[in-house]
Amino acid sequence: MAFAGTVDRVDAEPEEAQRLAAEARDRVRFEEDALALSDQVYRVARHIANSREDADELVQETYARAFRSWRQFQPGTNLRAWLLRILTNLNIDRGRRQQRAPQMQPLEANDYFLYDRLAENGDGVTDEDRVVERLSQDDIVAALSAVPHDFRDVIVLVDLGDFSYQDAAQILDIPVGTVMSRLHRGRRILKRELAESAVEEGT
Amino acid sequence: MNDPCAHCEEMMQPYLDHVLTDAEKDEAERHLDECDPCRRRYKFEESLRVYVRKAAAEQMPPELREKLAALRIPLE
Repeated sequence: MAFAGTVDRVDAEPEEAQRLAAEARDRVRFEEDALALSDQVYRVARHIANSREDADELVQETYARAFRSWRQFQPGTNLRAWLLRILTNLNIDRGRRQQRAPQMQPLEANDYFLYDRLAENGDGVTDEDRVVERLSQDDIVAALSAVPHDFRDVIVLVDLGDFSYQDAAQILDIPVGTVMSRLHRGRRILKRELAESAVEEGT
Repeated sequence: MNDPCAHCEEMMQPYLDHVLTDAEKDEAERHLDECDPCRRRYKFEESLRVYVRKAAAEQMPPELREKLAALRIPLE
C-alpha cells in the first residue's frame, strides 16, 4: 500500500503540471485570438458607444472581462460574437445608452427622399453610385449616432460588423424577427438623418 | 400580388442582406430587369450601404492596442 501510494503521488504531480501547462497554452491562444480581433471589435464598438472615449473604455473593459472569464468561451464557436456580447452587455450595464427623444416624424418614402435631396444638390450628378458621395464622413458618423440605440446596435452589428441576423440576435439577446424589424426601421431612421444633413448643407 | 413595385420594395432589404431563397431572388431580379425605378432604388440603397460602411470604419488607435495587450494575464 505504501509503495502504491508513493507511485500515485509521483504520477499525480506531472499530471497536474501537464494539466496546468495545457491550460496555460489554451489561455495564451485564447488571448492571442481575442487580440487579433480587436480591430474588428473596435470598429463596431466605436458606433455602439457614444464617443471615441467611451468606445476606448468599453473595449478595454470588454477585454479585461474576456481575459478573466476566458474559460466560459467554448472553443470552435464565434469568438468575435462572444466578445461583442460582453461589450453590448457592458454598455447596457453601465447605463451609457442615453436615449434621445422618440422619433415622431413618419419614416415613409425615405429612400427616394434622400436620393432626391442628394441629386438636387449634386451639380447634375444623378448616378445612384455617385450621388452618395455627396455625404461627408462626418455626416454619416453624426447620422449614425443620432439613431436610437436599439436600432443603431442592430445596424452597426449587421451593416458594419458583418454579423448575420442570427449572430446579432444572440449578441443582443433578442429574437431574429426583432433584429429584422429593428434593422428595417433603423436603416430608415438613418436615411432620414442623412437626408436632414443633406438639406442643411444644401441651403 | 397586386403591386409588383410594392412587393419588390419589401424584398429589397432581404435581397441586399442576401437572405432571400433562390426562387425569391430570381423573382426580385425578374422585376428589377424590367422596372427602372425599382432598379435605381436598389442601386442607390446598395451604394449607400457600401458608402456608410466605408465612412463609418474607424481605425483603432494604436495606444488602445497596447493597452489591450497589457490586460493579458501574466503566466505564473
